[in-house]
Parts: sequence; C-alpha cells; structure tokens
Amino acid sequence: MTDIADRGYAHPEVLVSTAWVEQHLNDPGIRLIESNEDTLLYASGHIPGAVHVDWTSDLNDQIRRDYITRAGFEALMSRIGATKDTTVVFYGDKNNWWACYAFWVFQLFGHANAKVMDGGRVKWQKENRPLTREVPHYEPTQYVAAERNDATHRAFRDEVMAHVERKGQLVDVRSPEEYAGTRMHMPDYPNEGALRGGHIPGAKSIPWAKAIDPEDGTFKPADELRRLYCDENALSPAEPTIAYCRIGERSSHTWFALKYLLGFDNVRNYDGSWTEWGNMVNVPIER
Amino acid sequence: MPYPARLQAVIDMFAMFDTADRTNMLLGYADQFREVPPDVATRPFARSHQIPQCESDAYAWALRQPDGTLKLWFAVENPSGVSAKALAAILDKTLSGLTPAEIAQVDSSIVEKLFRQNISMGKGMGLMSMVEAVRALARAAEKPPAG
Repeated sequence: MTDIADRGYAHPEVLVSTAWVEQHLNDPGIRLIESNEDTLLYASGHIPGAVHVDWTSDLNDQIRRDYITRAGFEALMSRIGATKDTTVVFYGDKNNWWACYAFWVFQLFGHANAKVMDGGRVKWQKENRPLTREVPHYEPTQYVAAERNDATHRAFRDEVMAHVERKGQLVDVRSPEEYAGTRMHMPDYPNEGALRGGHIPGAKSIPWAKAIDPEDGTFKPADELRRLYCDENALSPAEPTIAYCRIGERSSHTWFALKYLLGFDNVRNYDGSWTEWGNMVNVPIER
Repeated sequence: MPYPARLQAVIDMFAMFDTADRTNMLLGYADQFREVPPDVATRPFARSHQIPQCESDAYAWALRQPDGTLKLWFAVENPSGVSAKALAAILDKTLSGLTPAEIAQVDSSIVEKLFRQNISMGKGMGLMSMVEAVRALARAAEKPPAG
C-alpha cells in the first residue's frame, strides 16, 4: 500500500500509519485509543500507552438508546487524560469498525483533533510491533466539552424519511443478503430483533468492507474509492448522503471514508439503522 | 442437569468474580491454550473439523483414548481469537478425560456463564458453536464403529 499522503485523500491528515504511531508512542500530546468489538482483546495486549474505550460502556448511554451526554464525554476524556489539545488516535479490531465508530462519537462533541490508525490492530500485529498488557494511568484532566451536536454527523429516522422522499443519497453498507432481505443479520451474528428484512428505498448497496484492502486492512486509495462510490454507484460528493447499517457501527466506517477520504460535503450516519427502520410501523421498505 | 464436576467448578469460580477479574481469568486460560499437535492434525486442517460460525477460524478434534474417554484438541487460526482460545482451553481442561456421553450432555449455555459481559455480538455465536461442535464430536464418538 502506498503512503497515506500519496493516496489522493481529501483529508489525509485524519489517517496515520502504524509506523507513525510507533514513532509517537512517547508523545505526550498523543492519546492512543483502542476500541474493539471483542472486549477481551485490549486486555490480551494493546499498543503501549493505549487506553481502552468500549463502545457499549463508554460511548453509549446505559439506559436510553443514545450516546453519552456532555457530562459523560467530559468524564471519559478526564479518565483517559485528554485535553482539548490532545490528538486522539483510534485503532481497533474488525478493520477499525469500532475505531471509526468511536471517532464518529467524538465528532458529536467536536473533538476534531482526531485520527485513525490505518490498518488497525491487525496490521500492527502482522508487523510484529510491540504490544503490552500494562494498563497505563494518566493524570485526570478537566475537560470542558461542548454540548453534543447531532446535527452535522448524525441522522434520525424522521430526517431519513424526509431524505427518502427527496430521493436523497443513501448508502446501505450491510451485506448484500441483508440488503436484499434474505438475511436479517450479519453472517455469523445473532438476529438482534429486526422484524422486517430489506433496505430503505433508494439505498445503494455498498458493503463497508469494499473500502478496505483485504491484504492489510488499510483504506483503499482515493481513486479506487471514487470508482466504487461515485462511478459504480453514482454518488455525488456534493449531495447530502446518509449511511446506515444495523446499529450504525459499520456505517460509521463508511461515513469516515466518504467524509474524510473522498471529501463528501454532507454525510451523516443513521445510527438507528436497520434495527430501527426494520421495526418501525408503516415505513417503506424495498427488497 | 449439572455440568461435569471440573466444568462446574470453573463456572462457580467465574461466578465469584467481577468483570475485570473474569477478564483476567479468561486471558489466563487463553494463555494456556495449546494447539492441536501435528500427530493429530496438520495444516491445512480438514474442513470437516472446522467450527461453523466461528470467526476465529477454529477447529476441533476429539480423540478416543484407550480407557474410552475423549481427549479434545483445538486450533484457532485467527491470532486475535483470544475468546476462542480461552474457551478451547477451558473445554480441554474440564472435559478431556470424560466419556463421550458425559461430554455430549454439556450445552452451549456455559458460554454466557463464563463470558458474561466479555461476550461480544459475533463472538457469542461462534463460541456457542464451538461447544456444539464438541458435543457433535462426542455424539459421533458414542456410536459404535461402522462395520
């Protein structure tokens, strides 16, 4: 894979390489954040100095189906010893699904000083870079966050409905079987309760993993991504776009690719996704 | 139906601890994982031994011992398959040495009892599938040899 700077991304500064991360392991202005689906992985070994942010216990409200509040985000940033000036660098399993999801949640609170380590945990391990089980402790900070702003990066069901009626750009990043309605969940995953199968009318089926080089888990260069999203699926970077999946985790990966790598002006993640749409009464569904 | 004694003891032990301690115990088991030896199976492993739905690309074998009990072996191809390695080690340590009939009675509910909050969405299905694969091997071992 070519250097990140040579891949033609709209915002190459949001991606860093594994080599860059290893060079900055002792940089006090950098906070590495590991976010995984497998909750055992961080404890089994992580990049030295990295903290663990769990998508369920740290980023989600524990009662409502929603994200943490401003106070919750301030407490999280205090716990990991981050200030407004700290550059947070996310990485994790599943080709950075959860890293992108955490990155996305951080953007709801305006912490724009954020990056993703290209290739994630697998690439780091394949390159035999150091891992440790030592959990770092950082001096708690006094982080004052802005109120969570959902408007820019997050889409809600009524907004999605209006978007459908306007025939706006929708990207369904689930598997083709989920899109077609022949499967109600990811292969090898449990059915988490959608009563209907299919997709939101007008959505293009572009599985999230197509943005990834399967060899090393890195993002494909911009010209390949442009061919995928813009040429083959006729998405326009200038048009408002909404991505969705099952609960918003895979689509945050696509949101990241569209917004930062291809420079889509207005792209939002519908985190209600199919577990909401596939259960709502009297909403249109296509198969 | 109660679990075999060694398995029940492990489940009871896990029940005594909080999430952080359970995490450490699971990692301890993962560290004790020993891959199937070459005299039992070599790569490429036979698809017939692959555990379905396990994203860690795991395999299982059950070898009949001279005393009629079974010895379980596993392989986990995904280097990040920590959960799979932990469960494989627990199954080996608690079920190897039991008869096929005893092993066949163990059900996949042990996964929730052992992993609790440490179980992730995809992992849960794969881990339960690992238990079911072991049961299937045990049931097959119960049958008299053909011919």
